[in-house]
Amino acid sequence: MNNVTPEAMIQICLALPLVALLLVVVAGRIPNLREACTITVSSVLFYVTCCLAGHVFSGARPHWSLGDVMMPGFEIAFTVEPLGMLFALVAAGLWVLTTIYAIGYMRGHHEINQTRFFACFAIAIFAALAAAFSANLFTLFVMYEVMTLSTYPLVTHHGDEKARNGGRVYLGILLSTSVAFFMLAIAWTWSVTGTLDFTEGGVLATAFSEGKISQRQLAILFCLFAFGIGKAALMPFHRWLPAAMVAPTPVSALLHAVAVVKVGVFSVLKIAVYIFGIDLIADTHAGDWICHVAAASILLASLVAMTKDNLKARLAYSTISQLAYITLGAAIATEASIIGGGMHIAMHAVGKITLFFCAGAIYVGAHKSNISDMRGLGRAMPFTFGAFLIATISIIGLPPGGGAWSKYFLALGAVDSGKAFLMGALMISSLLNIAYLVPIPIRAFMAPVETPEEDTQDKHSGAGGWKIKEGPLLCVVPLCITAVGSVALFFFANHIYQWLLPIVQAGH
Amino acid sequence: MIEYLDFHLPVLTIVVPLIAAPLCVLLGARTMAKLLSWVVCWITFGLSVWLVAKVSAVGKISYYLGGWEPPYGIEYAIDPLNAFLMTFISGMGAIVLMYSGPSLSDEVPQSKHYMFYALYLLCMTGLLGMCATGDLFNVFVFLEISSLSTYALISLGKTRRAPLAAFQYLIMGTIGATFLLIGIGLLYQMTGTLNMADIGVQLESYRTAGVVVDGVQGPPHWEGSRTMLVAFAFLTVGLCIKMAVFPLHTWLPNSYTYAPSVVTCFVAATATKVSVYAFIRIVFGIFTPTFAFELLPLDTALWSFSLVGIFVASIAAIYQTNIKRRLAYSSIAQIGYMLLGISMANQHGLTAGIVHMFNHALIKGGLFMAVGCFALRLGSVHLDDWRGAGKTMPWTSLAWATGGLGLIGVPVTCGFISKWLLLTAAMENELYPVAALMLVSSLLAVIYIWQVVEVLYFSPPSEKAKKATEAPLIMLVTTWVVVGATVVFGVWTTWSAGLAGDAARVLLGGGTP
Repeated sequence: MNNVTPEAMIQICLALPLVALLLVVVAGRIPNLREACTITVSSVLFYVTCCLAGHVFSGARPHWSLGDVMMPGFEIAFTVEPLGMLFALVAAGLWVLTTIYAIGYMRGHHEINQTRFFACFAIAIFAALAAAFSANLFTLFVMYEVMTLSTYPLVTHHGDEKARNGGRVYLGILLSTSVAFFMLAIAWTWSVTGTLDFTEGGVLATAFSEGKISQRQLAILFCLFAFGIGKAALMPFHRWLPAAMVAPTPVSALLHAVAVVKVGVFSVLKIAVYIFGIDLIADTHAGDWICHVAAASILLASLVAMTKDNLKARLAYSTISQLAYITLGAAIATEASIIGGGMHIAMHAVGKITLFFCAGAIYVGAHKSNISDMRGLGRAMPFTFGAFLIATISIIGLPPGGGAWSKYFLALGAVDSGKAFLMGALMISSLLNIAYLVPIPIRAFMAPVETPEEDTQDKHSGAGGWKIKEGPLLCVVPLCITAVGSVALFFFANHIYQWLLPIVQAGH
Repeated sequence: MIEYLDFHLPVLTIVVPLIAAPLCVLLGARTMAKLLSWVVCWITFGLSVWLVAKVSAVGKISYYLGGWEPPYGIEYAIDPLNAFLMTFISGMGAIVLMYSGPSLSDEVPQSKHYMFYALYLLCMTGLLGMCATGDLFNVFVFLEISSLSTYALISLGKTRRAPLAAFQYLIMGTIGATFLLIGIGLLYQMTGTLNMADIGVQLESYRTAGVVVDGVQGPPHWEGSRTMLVAFAFLTVGLCIKMAVFPLHTWLPNSYTYAPSVVTCFVAATATKVSVYAFIRIVFGIFTPTFAFELLPLDTALWSFSLVGIFVASIAAIYQTNIKRRLAYSSIAQIGYMLLGISMANQHGLTAGIVHMFNHALIKGGLFMAVGCFALRLGSVHLDDWRGAGKTMPWTSLAWATGGLGLIGVPVTCGFISKWLLLTAAMENELYPVAALMLVSSLLAVIYIWQVVEVLYFSPPSEKAKKATEAPLIMLVTTWVVVGATVVFGVWTTWSAGLAGDAARVLLGGGTP
C-alpha cells in the first residue's frame, strides 16, 4: 500500500464495509460464499486500517471532505486523528474475529435471517468507522444515528415478544437522548462558536473568553453531551444496554461490547478533547457534575451486576460500569485521564469481547446462560473458561491484563485532579469487579459438577442427553485469540501511550 | 416551435391540464381518460422541470396573459420558490396517478373513473395555478378550482361517510376562501390593483412616504392603516383554515380518512403546501416581513400556535387506530414545523419551512401510498388488521418503515434536513425553548410511527395479513420511487435545500420578488 495516499485509504476504509454489504446481499442465497465475502472484505479492511494507522501515528492527519452535499453550510468530512484511529483499529480488527465467530455461532445455533444479520452488521461497522474518522460534530451525529438504526434489526433479530420489547427500549432511549440532548447540544455549540469542526485545543475556549457562554452554561452543555450520547450508557440512560442483550451473542459481543458503546464513549472523549479542550474543562470545572454521575454509575452498575445470574446480563452491567470509567476520564480531563480513557477503549474492547464470545460459546456448547448452572463446566470446556479467566483479569485491571494500564492512568488522572473520592470509587469498583467476575471461572473449574438426578453416570451430559463439549471450532478459536490479545496489550501499552500522547499535548 | 413553447411555458403548465380535464369527461371511456390523464400529467411535469431549469438559468420570469401588461392584465411571475413548488406538485401528481390504477379499481366504482381523472387534473390545475400566478384575485380563483375539485374527489370515497367529510371540508373551506376574498377586496379597495408585486409596492410607499392628496404629500403611516390590518387578518386566518393550522384543522382528519386512498396520497402531499406557499407570498411579498413580524407579532403567534398544534396533533395521532387518520393528524403537526420555520423569518428558518414542504410532500405521499397498498391487500386501514403483515407484504412494510424514519427525521432521510435547518434557525434567533420543544415534539413521531412498525413486524399475523400478498408491482414501484426519494434527498440536498435556500434569499432580500 506504499503508493496509496492516506486520503485514499480513508475512502477505501469507508467503502469496504459497503462493498461487504453489497456482496452479502448479492450472495445471500449461498451461505459459504456470503461468509467468504465478509471475511475477505473484513481482512482487507483491517489491513488497510493498519496501513492508515501507520501514517496517522507518525503524525499525518489525512482529511477527506464530501463538502456540504447533505446540508447547506454543514460539511460531511473526515479527518483521522490518533483517538479515532485507535478506535477504528479496534473495531476493524475485532470485526474479522467476530465474523469468524458469528459463522460458528449462527450456524451452530441455526439462526434465521442470516443474510439480514450480516448485512446490518456491515452497515454498523461502516457507521463505526465513519464516526471514528469524522471531522466535525455534524458528521459524527449522522453516523451515530445510522449506527442506532442499523443495529435495531440486529437487536430484534429473533422477532418475538422479548425482542420487540428489547428493541423498543433500545431504540427509545438511544433515539430520544440523541435527539433531545445531543442534537440540541450540537446546535447550541454551533450557535455560540459558529463551527462544528473538531479542532485541537477545542473551539469553546474562545467563545468562553468572549463571554458568549458562561461557566455554568458550559457545565450544562457538557451534561447535554454526556447524557445525549446515550451509547455511552451513563446512568440513568443505561437501560438500553441490558435490553439489547436479547440479540444473538455475536451482536452483543461486537456491537454492545465494542462498536456501539465505544462509539458512545469515543464521542464523549472526542468532544471533551476537540470541542471543549481539556484546559477549558479543567479551568471551568465543566465536567464536575459528570464526574459525580460517572463515579456513581461505576459503582451502581457494578453492584447491579453482582445481582444478575444471567451471564449476558451481568456482562452488560459490567460494560455499563466500565464505560463510565471512560466518561469519567473525559470529565476529569487531565492528560493522564484522557490517555487512560482512550486506552481503556482498546483494553476493555478486547477483554469484554472475549467474555461475550465465551458466553456465546457456553450457550452453543452447553446450552447454559445462567451462571448458577455453570458449575464444573470448565472441565468440559477448558479453552472457553481459560479464556474467560484471562479476560477477567484484564477487565479487573490486574497485571498481566491490558486493563491494568488504562486503569492506572485513570487513577493517576483522578489523583492529578485532586478529587480523592474518585480514586476511592475506582478502587472499590475494582474490588467489585473481582467479586462478580472471578467466581464464574473459579466455579466452573473448581466446583463439582451438578449431576442431574436421573442421569448420574455421564457427568458431562446436559438435559436430553446433550453432551457438553467445547463450542464449534469457529467459536473457540476467535475467543482464544482475543484472550491472548488482552494479555499482549499489557506489553504493548507503551505504544498506545505514545500514539495518544499528541492529542493531549496539541492543545498546549 | 421550441422558442414558442419556451416563451409560453408558465401558462402552458396550467393550461394543458385545464384543457385535458373536460376532455376526460367528454371521452367518458375509462381507459381513454386514464391514458389522456397519464400523458397530460407527465407532460405537465416535463414542462415544470423545464420551467425550473429556465428560472435557475435566467432568474425571475414574468409572463403577461394575453399580452396585457400588469398591473392591468394578469401576470404569471415565476421565481425559484414557485418553480420549485410546481415541479414537485406536478411530479407527485404524475407519480400518484401512475400508482392509482389497482387502488382506484378497488375503491371507486368503474363508472366514476372518468370523473376521477377529470377532477384530478382540475385539482392539479388549481394547485399549479395558485403557485404560478402573480395576481392576487387569480390566487383566489385557482384556490377555488382546486378546492371544489378536492371536495368532489373526497366524496368519491367508498364509505358513506366520505360525502359527509367532503361536506365538512366544503363548509370550512368556503369560509376560508371567503375570508381570503374579503382580504383581497380590502386590499383592492385600498390600492386599486390586484397584482401582488404592485400591491406590495403601493403598501410600502403608503407606509414609508404617505399618500399624495390634492397635490399635498401626506405623512407616512408606519403602522399601516386599519384597512391594511383587517385585510391582513382576513388573509392570514383564511389561509390558516386552508393550511389546517391547529385550531382551524377540524376539516382535515375526516377528509383524509374517508377519501379514496389515491386522493389522500395526492391531496396530503400537495394541497396544504400550496396554501402555505400562498401564505409565504402574502406575508413576504405583499406585506413585507417588517410589517408582519416587527410591527405585528405574527412570529410569536405563529410559533406558539405551531408548537401547541405540533404537540396536540402528535399526541392525538398516537391514539388513532385508523392509520389514515393517524397520518392525517401527523400532517397537522407537520404543518406546524413549516410555519415554525416561516416564523423565524431568517435564512435558515425560511429555507427549512420551504424545504419541509417538499420533504413532507415526499414523506407523507410515500406513507399514504404504502397505506394504499395495505388497504388494497388487507382491505382495512385499522391497526389491528395490519398485525404481522410484515411477513406477507415485506416490501410495503419496509416502505412504511423507511418513510416513517423520514417523518421522525433521522439522518440520511430528508426529514432530518428540515429538522436540522429548523433547529439552527431557532438557535440563530435565540429561541432556545422553541428549539428544545421542537426536538422533544419530534420524539412523539417515533411513538406513532414505530407502534405501527412493531405491529407489522412483531405481532402474530391477523387473518387478513395471513391471506395477503404483496401489493401489485406498479403500486410497489411507484411507492418505492417516492420513498426512495426521501432517502436520496436526505443525502443529496443540492437541489432541494439549495433551491429552497435561493427562494428564501429572494424572499428575504427583495421584499417583493
